[in-house]
Amino acid sequence: MIIELGHFALALSLAVALIQSSVPLIGAARGNVAWMNVARQAAVLQFVLIAFAFATLIHAYVTSDFSVVGVYQNSHSAKPLIYKISGVWGNHEGSLVLWVTILAVFGALVAVLGRNLPPALRARTLAVQGMISLGFIAFILFTSNPFTRLFPTPEEGNGLNPILQDPGLAVHPPMLYFGYVGFSMAFSFAVAALIEGRVDAAWARWVRPWTLAAWLSLTLGIGLGSWWAYYTLGWGGWWMWDPVENASFLPWLTGTALLHSAIVVEKREALKSWTILLAIVTFSMSLLGTFLVRSGVLTSVHAFASDPTRGIFILMLLGIAIGGSLTLYAIRAPQMDGGGIFAPISREGGLLINNLLLTTACATVFLGTLYPLITETLAGGRISVGEPYFNAVFIPLMVPLFLLMGIGPLLAWKRGDLGGALTRLKVAAGISVGAAAVTMLVAGFALADIGGAFGIAMAAWLGASTLIEWGERVKFGRSGSWSRIVNLPRAAYGMTIAHFGMAVLIFGVSGASAWKTESIQVQAPGETVQIAGYGLTFKGVEELPVDNYTAERATIEVKRGDNIVAVLHPERRTYVQPPTQTTFSSIHTTYASDLLTTLGEAEGENGAYVTRFYHEPLVPFLWYGILLMFFGGIVSLTDRRHRVGAPRRAPASAAMPVPAAAE
Amino acid sequence: MTRKRRRLYFVLLGLLGLGAGTALVLTAFQDNIVFFFSPTDIAAKPVCAQRCTIGGLVAAGSLMKEGQNVSFDVTDTVETVSVKYVGIIPDLFREGQGVVVEGRMNSGVFMASNVLAKHDENYMPPEVADALKKSGRWKEGEPLPAATKSN
Repeated sequence: MIIELGHFALALSLAVALIQSSVPLIGAARGNVAWMNVARQAAVLQFVLIAFAFATLIHAYVTSDFSVVGVYQNSHSAKPLIYKISGVWGNHEGSLVLWVTILAVFGALVAVLGRNLPPALRARTLAVQGMISLGFIAFILFTSNPFTRLFPTPEEGNGLNPILQDPGLAVHPPMLYFGYVGFSMAFSFAVAALIEGRVDAAWARWVRPWTLAAWLSLTLGIGLGSWWAYYTLGWGGWWMWDPVENASFLPWLTGTALLHSAIVVEKREALKSWTILLAIVTFSMSLLGTFLVRSGVLTSVHAFASDPTRGIFILMLLGIAIGGSLTLYAIRAPQMDGGGIFAPISREGGLLINNLLLTTACATVFLGTLYPLITETLAGGRISVGEPYFNAVFIPLMVPLFLLMGIGPLLAWKRGDLGGALTRLKVAAGISVGAAAVTMLVAGFALADIGGAFGIAMAAWLGASTLIEWGERVKFGRSGSWSRIVNLPRAAYGMTIAHFGMAVLIFGVSGASAWKTESIQVQAPGETVQIAGYGLTFKGVEELPVDNYTAERATIEVKRGDNIVAVLHPERRTYVQPPTQTTFSSIHTTYASDLLTTLGEAEGENGAYVTRFYHEPLVPFLWYGILLMFFGGIVSLTDRRHRVGAPRRAPASAAMPVPAAAE
Repeated sequence: MTRKRRRLYFVLLGLLGLGAGTALVLTAFQDNIVFFFSPTDIAAKPVCAQRCTIGGLVAAGSLMKEGQNVSFDVTDTVETVSVKYVGIIPDLFREGQGVVVEGRMNSGVFMASNVLAKHDENYMPPEVADALKKSGRWKEGEPLPAATKSN
């Protein structure tokens, strides 16, 4: 009964979305305040209805109601509670309900927090949100209904794919979706601005917090996915340019570009139509990400949800959303005024090059991800584009980006002094060269280490120049610097932390790519293998029955010299329902490098097993870097100027042809 | 600086970015695209002298191990290719189940550099599914055909 109520609520929300996407638009066009205000009520109502539908679905999973097809297929009564809940979005139908739930959350937030938004802009933004919502709810109701019943009711469910039963992956999809859907806000604001035909600094100030919130969720979501792959897939890799990973990375690249170009619009009223375009492209990439993952069109290790008919529906949605918004853009963009003039060498110029490099990088990743799909459709042959392509294309684009990332923040708005900036960065260049030299010295001047040393030099350059920029800003060491440190806006601190986080990330990536060592062998009990100065002794395997799986648990003694530094227990888990095996690695970390061990299959009769050992130098810095970037985003978001609704339109542009809202 | 001049700079900058991107993509594509073949393709014409992937089912009873030297046959139930590999095969590698192998052909034998097994019971690599469908031995939704060595 409850599940039918949920279904009914979702159907009702479709009707509400229909109203939300039409009435406020007409109201805004005619200047009718009452009609415009329908948007806010509709957005809140939609949130209530969809949240209720989502709650009934969670209820069905938690109480293991196997009369619901989705629960039967994806859940099991013996599963821990957290995985019963995460099972809701561990499948196609449920994940879409999560998608629209988050969309409704954002819509309601605009309705509630956006009191200071001009009524027409708010009405149009919410109307565009309503259209997105309309498309997705229709998609759920007509092609992927999670509320379908099953008769007769099965006794027990099939269980969630064990590889997905992991705390990292329980929160990974919601974070990712918060990012994807968050960019819908930027999109809706952009389309609303196109309809209004006006973009100004105030507009950018309203868009930035939403973009920032989406960006930091996506950053953390991608990081969590990477971390999960690292410790569960059992080969010590953290990024493999898999199409599903790329799908989440594409909107991150353009979203990062958007975050920066919106600053230019806010501070200098330049790059307006470019920013609008970026907002459209970023959300298109988010939609594409949903499409790529959910239709299963690409060869991928994540291919757990596939149904081409749904793909066609999403393709239509994509066509309408992207085609429609781009058409509107083509009509309206030329009418927008150009805004402030700036010299090529200036803060704006730097941010523009940042945008250029990020979007080019996005385009190359996009091409590499979709190329197999294109050739398969057109020529019929199957090809794969792997890691070497992405490394060959992506890294050369990132090198100038990181170089400029050090210089850009030191340039003044409008007209910058490149010579002056470079002079101030002499120290950073010195540190960078020094870091490379020290790296080569430690590594023993081998030709193979040049790549790693170069990466570390990059990281040192970026880290040092970020700190120098902060030091310049607060006039560090001069009188009054303490009060400047305290009074520096949080947005500035956010930038410094996030940029520094990027430097830490580069440090981690360089080390992990250049000096990873691995050792795969068959080990009999008592045998020792040497890797990276550690001696790993295989002590044998015991079988342990746990809740819903049986574990083969190895004991591996890790010695450094004569001292035992750790005893590791990598596992292989055999699940009862569904009958699947997963590996569970065990990691000894020094917080600067990891020693990752995984257990393979038994070999022969004498208790010997395949064991895999990976020494992963600097990998922890990857996670530190991502956390710093996330934290930087949070700090920036708490800046007073970013608080939603706080800014008002400048008086000069306040002459709206629309009367103020009644409240 | 005039608006026109500025626009010219930006257009040039954009073209430069686009050009650099295209150049990178083209060179990378030249070296790094890997073609996929089914055992039938391999039998039909001499392909894959450099590097490619093949996929199909591991023929039952074909797996031989001698220390780290492994050999097995990959079949799409019409044609069969012998594969040699040095190393430890992945956990989920089973006779009669799907496999994707990277490597190159050398005098009629596929020298594998990497063996990828499917990652759970129900998952069939799309390439393998296609190869099987093309050979007419398997349709979507049916149980997997039995892979036999004699076939």
